[in-house]
Amino acid sequence: MSRIDVRKTYKLYIGGAFPRSESGYSYEVLDSKGKFVANASLASRKDARDAVGAARKAFGGWSGRTAYNRGQILYRIAEIMEDRRPQFVQAVVQSEGLSAARADKVVDEAIDRLVWYAGWADKVTQVLGNTNPVAGPYFNLSSPEPTGVVAVLAPQESSLLGLVSVVAPVVVTGNTVVVVSSYERPLPAVTFAEVLATSDVPGGVVNVLTGSAATVAPWLAAHMDVNAIDLVGVAGEPALATDLEVAAADNLKRVRRAPAAEPDWSAEPGLEPMTAFLETKTVWHPIGV
Amino acid sequence: MTATSTTPGQAQGSGFEDVTRTDASLRRFLHGLPGVDQVGAESRAAGLGTRSIKTSAKAYAIDLAIRMVDLTTLEGQDTPGKVRALAAKAMRPDPADPTCPQVAAVCVYPDMVATVKETLGSSGVKVAAVATAFPSGRAALDIKLADTRDAVEAGADEIDMVIDRGAFLAGRYQQVFDEIVATKAACARPDGHDAHLKVIFETGELQTYDNVRRASWLAMMAGADFIKTSTGKVQPAATLPVTMVMLEAVRDFRDQTGTMVGVKPAGGIRTSKDAIKYLVMVNEVVGQDWLDPDWFRFGASTLLNDLLMQRTKMTTGRYSGPDYFTLD
Repeated sequence: MSRIDVRKTYKLYIGGAFPRSESGYSYEVLDSKGKFVANASLASRKDARDAVGAARKAFGGWSGRTAYNRGQILYRIAEIMEDRRPQFVQAVVQSEGLSAARADKVVDEAIDRLVWYAGWADKVTQVLGNTNPVAGPYFNLSSPEPTGVVAVLAPQESSLLGLVSVVAPVVVTGNTVVVVSSYERPLPAVTFAEVLATSDVPGGVVNVLTGSAATVAPWLAAHMDVNAIDLVGVAGEPALATDLEVAAADNLKRVRRAPAAEPDWSAEPGLEPMTAFLETKTVWHPIGV
Repeated sequence: MTATSTTPGQAQGSGFEDVTRTDASLRRFLHGLPGVDQVGAESRAAGLGTRSIKTSAKAYAIDLAIRMVDLTTLEGQDTPGKVRALAAKAMRPDPADPTCPQVAAVCVYPDMVATVKETLGSSGVKVAAVATAFPSGRAALDIKLADTRDAVEAGADEIDMVIDRGAFLAGRYQQVFDEIVATKAACARPDGHDAHLKVIFETGELQTYDNVRRASWLAMMAGADFIKTSTGKVQPAATLPVTMVMLEAVRDFRDQTGTMVGVKPAGGIRTSKDAIKYLVMVNEVVGQDWLDPDWFRFGASTLLNDLLMQRTKMTTGRYSGPDYFTLD
């Protein structure tokens, strides 16, 4: 007698817990050849609202940690991804249709990307901060500060390396994030959420919604308590991207604009993914007091 | 509300003179009240909490809830500046939207009444003061009454008194009754504009729903204008089942005497969703007559901001955030 399949329905990751979608909806996830793999929760606007609430709640604690500690935690994520490498490789093979060898390389790159950003945690202030020369007896110090709650529309094609490449630079500087995964390839994001849950990342710092950016993103873009949005997940959809930018203008969100096509994620990212979600704080302090 | 002459130990012409004459007769009456089915009450309250209130009904409920809020600050660190800011918020809860209704009252300690009164002016927002050695109620009667008279003289429209829970739990019902009657008398003004009396039971300390029902009847027989769940200083504060027991008591009291008494849950109500659950319960248990700020209030501080955020969401279609409303 053949064994009955365990047909999985994956859940969302909000505030450090794994709830089902408030809407009760889920959708079928197919592999690159069109075969059923699992069900994923279809996030609704209320899930997005809850995720933003969780991210806001986590922001004070996360941004208040030392940069060194945030670096340690990012490194810890990389360690645990390394432990679960076979699962990630399988998820990438299923989702993106790569060969096992190619998928292995993608997982390598994703883990290396996390380690790279982990290293930046306590260096980014030194590189971007400054003591400014001013015409008076003052110390004048500029330092980068996290923007707040950032909504990220993760890339649709690169489901693991792309996801890590947009989430890590946001959280490493002290922001908290609500990320909407690739619609057709959500499973690497689900596994990544399971890694986050067991790797010292405080609940609410990263919230993962699986589902359609077209339905959830307008609510995130218009949400008055979201401080910035990364639109890379709607690359190649200029009409939707424009609508989202207009909605985001209501509370003067920072917008990282959607490119015409998805970038090559294996290239070294540079500092821009981090600086896009940083504010500059400048302090004047009298000399000699 | 007309002034009724009251002498301690006598109810106000509501047919309970025999009941309230002695401790023994009070006890006989209160312990003769039917017991509350705890499991039934809790499941009924939980069931009422599952109603879905959407769109125009939700907009109505949110505005009604805002009008019912007793905006409260009862901290040792309250300053005149802080209560003035709170009073300003009570008059214009959402400065960005002139259609937003004002709240029912501002609730403060007696020493802040004059400050609040001055800020509120003729806006129609009432001033409520907690009195009688709030929140513990552990002081001699003459001190409690002096506390009350101070607040009334300073211009309080409403007095929130606490009962002596120690006496109540020890079964000295007559003492609790007499204190309420005496406080009610201290709320009187020569010009007839008496301060309304709200009686706080601190249900978190009363242990059983039966006690809540007894306390409700005791206070109503003594002439309370409002009965209130909690001080907000003790956990658990207001809960749905406790409020339901009190609503049933005011309903039965009106059936029996024709006198309507208000209900005020206070403490622990923080979200619009919670507030709407209470409104649904009011509608289902006592009916529409109580769906009015004169007869139902929320004692709250953080609730107002959540109501305002929900209201903004409904009018603009965008989720709002705490950055756009004052902290308190």
